[in-house]
Amino acid sequence: MGRTLAEKIIARAAGRETVSPGEIVTCTVDLAMMHDSGGPRRVKPILERLAATVWDSDKVIVVSDHYVPAVDAESAAILDLTRKWTADNGIRNFYDMQGICHVVLPERGHLRPGMFVVGGDSHSPTGGAFGCFMFGVGATDMAGVLVTGETWIRVPGTIRIDIHGALADGVSAKDIILHLCARLGMGGAGYQAVQYTGDTISTLAMQERMTLSNMAAELGAQTGLIAPDETTTAYIRKAGGDPGDAANWQSDDDASYLATHRVEADKLAPYVAAPHSPANSAPVNEHAGVAVQQAYIGACTGAKLDDLHMAARVLKGRLVARGTRLLIAPASTRTTATAAADGTLAILTEAGAILMPSGCGACAGYGAGILADGEVCISSTARNFKGRMGSSSSKVYLGSPYTVAASAVAGRIADPRDLLESNAR
Amino acid sequence: MTTEKTAGKVWVFGDDIDTDALAPGLYMKGPLEELASHCLKAIDPNFAATVQHGDVVVAGVNFGIGSSREQAVEALKYLGVRTLVAKSFGGIFFRNALNFGMVAVVSADVDRISPGDRITVDAASGTIENLSKNETYTCEILPPQLLAMVRDGGLVEHLEKKRAQAQLKDAGQ
Repeated sequence: MGRTLAEKIIARAAGRETVSPGEIVTCTVDLAMMHDSGGPRRVKPILERLAATVWDSDKVIVVSDHYVPAVDAESAAILDLTRKWTADNGIRNFYDMQGICHVVLPERGHLRPGMFVVGGDSHSPTGGAFGCFMFGVGATDMAGVLVTGETWIRVPGTIRIDIHGALADGVSAKDIILHLCARLGMGGAGYQAVQYTGDTISTLAMQERMTLSNMAAELGAQTGLIAPDETTTAYIRKAGGDPGDAANWQSDDDASYLATHRVEADKLAPYVAAPHSPANSAPVNEHAGVAVQQAYIGACTGAKLDDLHMAARVLKGRLVARGTRLLIAPASTRTTATAAADGTLAILTEAGAILMPSGCGACAGYGAGILADGEVCISSTARNFKGRMGSSSSKVYLGSPYTVAASAVAGRIADPRDLLESNAR
Repeated sequence: MTTEKTAGKVWVFGDDIDTDALAPGLYMKGPLEELASHCLKAIDPNFAATVQHGDVVVAGVNFGIGSSREQAVEALKYLGVRTLVAKSFGGIFFRNALNFGMVAVVSADVDRISPGDRITVDAASGTIENLSKNETYTCEILPPQLLAMVRDGGLVEHLEKKRAQAQLKDAGQ
């Protein structure tokens, strides 16, 4: 019987011919990524307690992205510890304030199809877009990996999400995944693997694919795989990486899936998730008109270069509404540099957007841009849990960068297609 | 030390209790004591102040969904909770719970358990006994590999034990 991509990667990492969904196996880890919040400050005491050292410092990547830049003594101390620990442990791949880990990893060419990767962050399924079995773990699990180079996994089955048709203008990968959150429910994937297939996927650029894989976390999947193709290998080469034997990392034609969900992408409208769950998603017209005090384009999910390009298409020649603030935190310093060079930043700032540092920022309530009591925000991020972005009485709606930008212009939740159509006229 | 069979008084929570509710981001850089005092505050303002050592948290689907922050588990453990029963768990949270030596089991019979009930959970045999209602329920069995880690008190303790055993073996050769 055929094997899924997830089974092939896990079998290889476990040193086995085959593995079966449900069994628990021990896998060799190809790469371990952690950030300043769940990384050194949490694993250091555990390693000291075990009198252990890092198993392979070249397989460890550390990214400071949560508490950047420091805003108080505590965050400064966390960043200081992160810098000292990486130096003391010979971690060459340390990206200090260069952007959000899930975006920095592929941007710097670290991901190769077929890899078995652990990340100390729940949005680690983002690496699945590159055909890696990448999943999130907590800091103690990470410490175990750092000591042994291994971790256990219960082999997941694979849920196939088969996406067909061309997206309408103003509709993006974010809208596909919000639609899926509504359909399958938060956690609906039950910690199985998700694999995205279909002709829509073939036409999507890597950063759009990353958005789908990223929010596999909100579906409750362990990872969100996309089999590598020419788009994948071209991206990896451009990033200075090695795509390796990418063609081998595909699900077999006769692989069996737990379920297959078909999405007609050409029929999708922009989607917006109402508070307090990504699963509260519906076509934008169901929420249109809700007044917003803050519009946020940020995070690993929604502030990559392609996301800023979407926002710029809407904002060009327009102004953010009075009474609404638009905060934009590009996902990495390279994103900022490229967006500056290609004119995108000028469009955003002329529209009145406020540029923020690259980092996790307001998304998880760690950085600048958090919400006051009763405020309403529309955000290109992944989660709108109660109180996540600030006050527990604030309300966060989720949408695509197009929708967030259109809502910033209108001062209320708005359909970006109307503005894009008037661009065309 | 934690065992796979624990007893305690029940707190019942609903579906989709996320990691921001368990460990709010605003308090993540501060001391555990402060973070734990805000654990589940958005759902039940009295929980952190009144939960007792040995109490059991019972919840619906997706308990602990969201972030990988293991402080979501650590806060509960700090407050004295050692046992979790839910219809389902967030995948990363479940791993984190076992890593901290918590007994975390999935049961379809959660709706039969009421706040204040005293229950015992046996993750080895897959049984929950409701001492208050004199009822017995089933839960998923924790596989032996994971149960061994929980019995040791968590992943760090498990690794410590394995290291000590390896050293003894080396010394014996």
